[in-house]
Amino acid sequence: MRPQTGWLSLVSACGALLLLCGVTPAPAQQAQVGNVIGHAAAGKPLYTRYCAGCHGDDGDARGENAQWIDPKPRDFTLAVFKCRSTPTGTLPTDQDLFDAMTRGFVTTNMPAWLPLTPHNRVDLVAYIKTFSPKWKTGKPGTPITIPPEPAATIASVLHGRQLFQKMECWKCHGPAGHGDGPSAKTLTDNKDDPIRPYDFSSGSRFMCGVTNRDLYRIFMTGLDGTPMPSFADDIKPADAWDLVHFLRTLQPLDTPEAAIWKAWLASHAGELKPIGPEGSGQ
Amino acid sequence: MRRQYIWIVGAVGLVGSALGARGAPPAMAGAISGKVTYTGTPPKMKPIDMAKEPSCAKQHATPVTTENVVTGPGNALGYVVVYISAGDAGSSAPSEAVRYDQKGCQYIPHVAVMQVSQPLEIYNDDQTSHNIHPLAKANPEWNKSQPIGAPPIHTTWEKPEFIPVKCNVHPWMHGWFLVLTTSHYAVTGEDGGFSVKGLPPGKYTLTAWQEQFGTQTQDVTISGTETKTVDFVFKARAY
Repeated sequence: MRPQTGWLSLVSACGALLLLCGVTPAPAQQAQVGNVIGHAAAGKPLYTRYCAGCHGDDGDARGENAQWIDPKPRDFTLAVFKCRSTPTGTLPTDQDLFDAMTRGFVTTNMPAWLPLTPHNRVDLVAYIKTFSPKWKTGKPGTPITIPPEPAATIASVLHGRQLFQKMECWKCHGPAGHGDGPSAKTLTDNKDDPIRPYDFSSGSRFMCGVTNRDLYRIFMTGLDGTPMPSFADDIKPADAWDLVHFLRTLQPLDTPEAAIWKAWLASHAGELKPIGPEGSGQ
Repeated sequence: MRRQYIWIVGAVGLVGSALGARGAPPAMAGAISGKVTYTGTPPKMKPIDMAKEPSCAKQHATPVTTENVVTGPGNALGYVVVYISAGDAGSSAPSEAVRYDQKGCQYIPHVAVMQVSQPLEIYNDDQTSHNIHPLAKANPEWNKSQPIGAPPIHTTWEKPEFIPVKCNVHPWMHGWFLVLTTSHYAVTGEDGGFSVKGLPPGKYTLTAWQEQFGTQTQDVTISGTETKTVDFVFKARAY
C-alpha cells in the first residue's frame, strides 16, 4: 500500500503546484457541424486508432505508414487544407473538415470515413484542430458566396472554353484536360513532393466533391498546399459557372453539359480553334 | 524648458513627416556599413530554359540564370539581407508599398524585404498567367492566380517570417518575401555593399541572411553619429 500512497501524494502535490502557478487546463477544443458538438478529448482515442498510422501521433504526417504513401498524408501542424469553402490562405470551417473526412480523397490513400458515426467524425475534427496554434489565434475564413447555377447553354460552354484558354488552365491540366499540360510534370506541393494535376478524362470524382457546386468552389478557393491557385480575384461568379459547364464536357460522363457540347460539335467542330500555346487558342 | 521641449518635438515631427512614413529619425543617428563576401567555391548558377514560355523567353537576349547565389567582383555576395535582429526599439510599418514584379518569368527583386503589416503589391507584367504561391508557415499560405492583365495583388504579412515564393506554372521562378519587425535593413547589391542607417545610439545585433548559406550575426555598439564598419564573410558551399 505504501508505494501507492506515495504516488498519490505526488499526484496531489503536482495538482497543488498547478493550482499555485495559476495553470488551468485550456478549455477543451470543440467543433460544431450542424447540431453536433464534437470534443477533442473524445476525438483523441479515435485519432490514435484510425488516423495516427498515417497522419502521426503528433499530426505531423509522420505516421509509420506515411513513408509508403503517395501523395503524402496531410500535415495537420501546418493547418493548410485543400478542400475549403473559405478563401485561399484562410482556415476551413468545421463543416469543410467534416466533409473532407466523410468524402475521403480520390486517388489518394485517404478513404471515406463513413464507418465512423457523424458524431465520431465531429470529435475528430475537434481533435485535428489541436495540432496547430493557428486554430487558437485565427478563425475560419468566411465561406465564398456561390450564386445559383444558371442553366448550361452552348454559349456558356463556349465562354467557359475561352476562359480555360485565357486563364491558362491548360498549362497544367492539358489542352483536353488530360492532366498533361506543359507544366504538369514539374508540379510540386508545399513540401516539394511531386503532385499531379486532375485528369478530367479519368471521369473520377474531383478532389473536393462531385457536384457542379463543388467544382465551382475548387477553382475559386484553390486547393491550398497544392499548385492549384485560387481564381476568385480573376473570374467573376457568372463566368465561373461558364467554366464549370465547359469543364464538365472534358469528362467522359453523360452530363447535361456534355450532351449540349456534343450536339453543337456535330455541326460546328470545324469552327473551333485548338486550346494551347499562344496563337492557337479561341 | 517645457516650451523648448515642445518646440523640439514639433521640429522632429516636421522632419519626420517630410521624410514620409518612415517615421521621425532619431536626433542622433549612426549607421553600420560594410561588405558581404564569400570564401570557397560558390555553386554555379544554372541557366534557365524558358522554351516552354516563349513570351518570356523572347524578353531575354541572353539566358537568365538561377539567383540563389548572386556574386560580383572581389568575391562579393549579392541579395544578402542585413538587418537589426536585436536592440531595435521597433517602429510601425511604413505606408508605402513594396513592389514585387513578375517580369520575363522572373521575380524582381529576387528578394523583397518588408516590415510586418507593410503593404505589398504584386504585379504581373508578363503576357502569361502566373500563380503566386508564398510558402508561408507562420503566416497564412495562400496561392493566387494572376492572369495576363490582372490588377496587382495587394497584401500584407502580419508575422515576421522568411517566406519562399514560387510560381507552380513556371517552376524555375523562385523568390523570397522577408518580413521583418525592424525598419533598419539593407539588401546587398552585386558589389556586396550595404548600409544600415538611422540607428540611435545603442547596442545592436546585426544579422546577415543569405538564402543558401544561412545567417551570421555580429554585435555592434553605436555611439553618437558614427558609422561602424562591419563585414560578413560566408563560407560558400558548391552544393
